[in-house]
Amino acid sequence: MIRVQREDFDVGFEIENLTRGKTTIGGIVTFVGTVRDPGGANAIMAMTLEHYSGMTEDELTAIEAEANKRWPLDASLIVHRFGRLLPGERIVLVVTAAAHRTAAFAANEFLVDWLKTKAPFWKQEETPQGTRWVEARDSDEQAAKRWAKG
Amino acid sequence: MRLLYFAWLKTKIGKTEETLDLPAGIATPAALVDWLKTRGPGFAEALKDRRTLRVAVNRRHVGWDFALKPGDEVALFPPVTGG
Repeated sequence: MIRVQREDFDVGFEIENLTRGKTTIGGIVTFVGTVRDPGGANAIMAMTLEHYSGMTEDELTAIEAEANKRWPLDASLIVHRFGRLLPGERIVLVVTAAAHRTAAFAANEFLVDWLKTKAPFWKQEETPQGTRWVEARDSDEQAAKRWAKG
Repeated sequence: MRLLYFAWLKTKIGKTEETLDLPAGIATPAALVDWLKTRGPGFAEALKDRRTLRVAVNRRHVGWDFALKPGDEVALFPPVTGG
């Protein structure tokens, strides 16, 4: 399942809702991405996430389908927020559940790496000096590439 | 053809979307960008370096040599920064 929304999410509720009654699950891995204020010269007051409505849902659905193809997951969930968020607020939730932890951990890392380089979101930061668009990181690109199939 | 602009492209170009009839002979996103650059200083500035841009056609990531068709939805944006 994937969802793109402005509202916050409740991690406990989402895990419970996703996995309830699925008794073949033996391990659940959860990733929560939050708005980070590095402080000092790089301090930010807020962050606004813009996205390409329609394509975002398509990309997240495709990424989730790919993870389910590669690992034997019993359940998976991606929730990604958009709009204006303050430091400390949750941005993204990725939950993967499987019979064994290895698949759940690997699939979760894969989903986060891929969505960072494929899902059409853009972050704009508000700083004391004004607003600036966050630039894509080469390290994110490299992290996604390690999942490429040879 | 429907064109969409996101993030700083939107700011530099001064609009989020427009619908255009393209001149004949524009068959790829690469050719489209070259033509858009001639439409004004905002376009020229936003599109001056294709290495800073990505393109999607009909909501899928594509390369600069993708074959465009009439009625396509083409989105131009910087590399994504979600997650």
